[in-house]
Amino acid sequence: MQVTRRQFFKVCGAGLSGSSIALMGFSPAPALAEVRSFKLARATETRNMCPYCSVSCGVLIYTTGDKSKNAKADIIHIEGDPDNPVNRGTLCPKGAGLLDMVKSPNRLKWPEVREPGSSEWKRISWDDAISRIATHMKKDRDANLVEKNAEGVTVNRWNTTGFLASSAAGNEAGYLTVKILRGLGAVALDTQARI
Amino acid sequence: MTNHWVDIKNADLVLVMGGNAAEAHPCGFKWVIEAKKDRKAKLVVVDPRFTRSAAVSDYYAPIRSGSDIAFLGGVINYLLTNDKIHHDYVKAYTNASFLIDEGYKFEDGFFSGYNPEKRSYAKDTWKYQTDKDGYAKVDPTLQDPRCAFQLMKQHYSRYTPELVSKVTGTPKDAFLKVCEHIAETAAPNKTMTICYALGWTQHSVGSQNIRTMAMIQLLLGNMGMAGGGINALRGHANVQGITDMCLYSEVLPGYLAAPTDADKNWAEFVDKRTPKTLRPNQMNYGQNFSKWATSLMKAWYGAAATDKNDYAYDWLPKKDAAYDVLAIFERMHQGKMNGFLCQGFNPLASVSNKKKVGDAMAKLKYLVVIDPLATDTSEFWKPHGEFNEADPAKIQTEVFRLPANLFAEESGSFTNSGRVIQWHWKAADGPGESKGDIEIMAGLFLKLKEMYAKDGGKLPEPILNLTWPHRIAAKPSPEELLMEISGKALGEVLDPKDKTKVLAKPGEQLAGFAQLRDDGSTACGNWIYGGCWSQAGNLTARRDNSDPSGLGQTLNWGYAWPANRRILYNRASCDVSGKPWDPKRAVIKWSGTAWGGNDVPDMRPDAAPDENVMPFIMTAEGVARLFAPALAEGPFPEHYEPFETPLDRNPFHPNNPKAVSNPAARVYKGDMEVFGKAKDFPYVATTYRLVEHFHFWTKHARINAVLQPEQFVEIGEELAKEKGIANGDKVKVRSNRGFIKAVAVVTKRIKALDVDGKKVHTVGIPLHWGFKGVAKPGYITNTLTPFVGDANSQTPEFKAFLVNIEKA
Repeated sequence: MQVTRRQFFKVCGAGLSGSSIALMGFSPAPALAEVRSFKLARATETRNMCPYCSVSCGVLIYTTGDKSKNAKADIIHIEGDPDNPVNRGTLCPKGAGLLDMVKSPNRLKWPEVREPGSSEWKRISWDDAISRIATHMKKDRDANLVEKNAEGVTVNRWNTTGFLASSAAGNEAGYLTVKILRGLGAVALDTQARI
Repeated sequence: MTNHWVDIKNADLVLVMGGNAAEAHPCGFKWVIEAKKDRKAKLVVVDPRFTRSAAVSDYYAPIRSGSDIAFLGGVINYLLTNDKIHHDYVKAYTNASFLIDEGYKFEDGFFSGYNPEKRSYAKDTWKYQTDKDGYAKVDPTLQDPRCAFQLMKQHYSRYTPELVSKVTGTPKDAFLKVCEHIAETAAPNKTMTICYALGWTQHSVGSQNIRTMAMIQLLLGNMGMAGGGINALRGHANVQGITDMCLYSEVLPGYLAAPTDADKNWAEFVDKRTPKTLRPNQMNYGQNFSKWATSLMKAWYGAAATDKNDYAYDWLPKKDAAYDVLAIFERMHQGKMNGFLCQGFNPLASVSNKKKVGDAMAKLKYLVVIDPLATDTSEFWKPHGEFNEADPAKIQTEVFRLPANLFAEESGSFTNSGRVIQWHWKAADGPGESKGDIEIMAGLFLKLKEMYAKDGGKLPEPILNLTWPHRIAAKPSPEELLMEISGKALGEVLDPKDKTKVLAKPGEQLAGFAQLRDDGSTACGNWIYGGCWSQAGNLTARRDNSDPSGLGQTLNWGYAWPANRRILYNRASCDVSGKPWDPKRAVIKWSGTAWGGNDVPDMRPDAAPDENVMPFIMTAEGVARLFAPALAEGPFPEHYEPFETPLDRNPFHPNNPKAVSNPAARVYKGDMEVFGKAKDFPYVATTYRLVEHFHFWTKHARINAVLQPEQFVEIGEELAKEKGIANGDKVKVRSNRGFIKAVAVVTKRIKALDVDGKKVHTVGIPLHWGFKGVAKPGYITNTLTPFVGDANSQTPEFKAFLVNIEKA
């Protein structure tokens, strides 16, 4: 017998208790599927870390799918990692809302440009975005890199394009960023860490 | 943190001052509660507001925002006059006994060497007296009037409880009660931990706030101990790691001071950064600088960096001026910059004086925002009603917005506040076409490299020769990068004690920074992370949380820098003979042949106690500095008022109008003029954070926006009554730079204080709102804040400025 969730609760509301209905073998499949343990039992668990404050709480991220090639993982639940010696499974009100951060309607989805004087965004391709930005950077660097200072000392600095780095990026992204920037000759760089 | 999160449970006293861990770091604060529950530790909170940390404290004292040095200087005076210091520790492990140059003095608010035009000090008298061998002279009896101990005693003798109370607004009995709690930890087997955060750093005297506390911890003998230390509770999950990677102009990865115009060649560069040992037998670990710097250049330029070309030293940019974030926006505001890239950073909301920041960005040719979210910064040009007034037609900046991934969408390591590097794994792809920061930066770089290879241009060599040892060039893996950061052998690395013994073969990962060489045979992207990925593999991914010592050290969980050491300066947890001050919480001890125990010793493992190798191995003295010449505004911290002060004088120097605020802080033309005066803006404002929100991110997350939907400001009942403001009224808060409108929340948590004969009210301003997000749009709080920073770190003064408030 197929019963929708709405019909199920209607029937319950008519005076029968839900558990006795279930015992009679009269249980709606979608309603049971909403029990949390079942949802997570079929999910893939990945160990990660809360990106907010520097307690850096361990989190467990649950995604749909089993990581097989044609199954696109979708994050359905995030909770504290009980193995982590610092947070021991707990999360604060900030960290408890992580799923809504991942799923924020304000996540950027593709590169965009706002042309000079324009009042709107325009979607562009990655290739286009990278080429245009690199062209700006090269033009500025070629025009303004200072090779020698007034005393004739080799200084090779580029200080007309600046960079602010994220404190939320991983160590590896941070290291690659500083390696590239110093390679380009950048001196006007700073990080969120100062603030 | 010199210690780490779980170690807080080992404290006998937890002082929370300059922070509010219960709300800003709740899951770390649980270890404070553990200490209270299991050790019967006491929690003391000093804060302008009765915060939620205060709500669970054993004792709370109010303080006026911006007067922490007055308070802590008073604590030093209390400890010295009541003889509540750990004598053996102070004598052996600090520079208390060191004799100071005869020319050093402090007079009427200025230290010797002040130049009022340059607003800076010549430091030639802030130094030790030295003997013919160049070693510092000492007086172990601490009686010489020129020894650091006596000078310190004299300096803080002015910080009487009466004057402290007058300046801080803390009632005298409350101040003394806090002193009594702190003084108890002078016992060798008692420790205090201090948990501070932005409430200390975001002041024009931020670094000195922290230094005053460091002096207290040294006087009490609490550094190096389990449950002790100086513990900065930092802001972002990887703010520590990004600081260590040194994405700022003053330093190269691993805090290597970046080259300047004055360092004409490699030899000069290395020589100036290699400290000369100041006392016999000390490790002076900084003397290894050339090994760290050479290995960094080998990591970046590989075979193109040789001893013949000074390890490609010419390719490193030389710094000629300040380029901190305030300096960058000042330059931009002056029209001296053309381009600007923001990676996961929202400066329109995060930096002082929003109008100046917005005006500055409108002068750029191009702006690139790399972020997972549609930030306020990315739309600085777009009108958002009263919250962002802008005319796009007049703004010629070309703005790019590139979608980046979040934590859940990439693998890699974060370093927490306790210096523990921990690996995390990718769970899913990001939305749409978003990419990771690594891939975005690689894409930009490879495009530039292609253009320089094809078209030439200015100085292409450092771009064309930058090492890029990645299997997929467009997508360097985080694993490859962490291996490069950790370091590997290029040639054979031999044991210096036995040259027939090979420690590492070419291509092997190194075991740690002790294996780095300055002959080009090793490469290492960041020496302090040396060994985090050894031949044993990725040690940051270790997940063994066993804790045999019971101290919470978990030495096999992740990897702590440096050298997997969990408590810095842990040699100081033992007396001179190598016995723990507190055997019940022994961190390490001397076994008779070696140092060892429950942590990686912060000491040469075979340095017998009678060799007199002192615990502070990173200083040239081997001991910690009570007298510290490195800071910009003086070797002893002194109280100066915030740049916007409710007082018309510095009560410590009532007759010197030039010593009201930090004499060495940098103030730009135009910014001095827009500091507000107390007659127009009579109330002290301080910004703060809420437990439900994280900076300017969670306004984009629905649940957090539901929990705290609307911008508000907090005022005390007395001020509300005076101004006719009721709880829930809309109010307008003005500073000399702009205004915000918000709902008034009237509480008992903020009380008026009596300061220098005046009643001073405080307005608390949570800062989480802006014009982008799913929370109700609000004003950017930094519309109000002044454009001035700490004289050492240039961290802006967000925590103490002046406002007025009225019903909107």
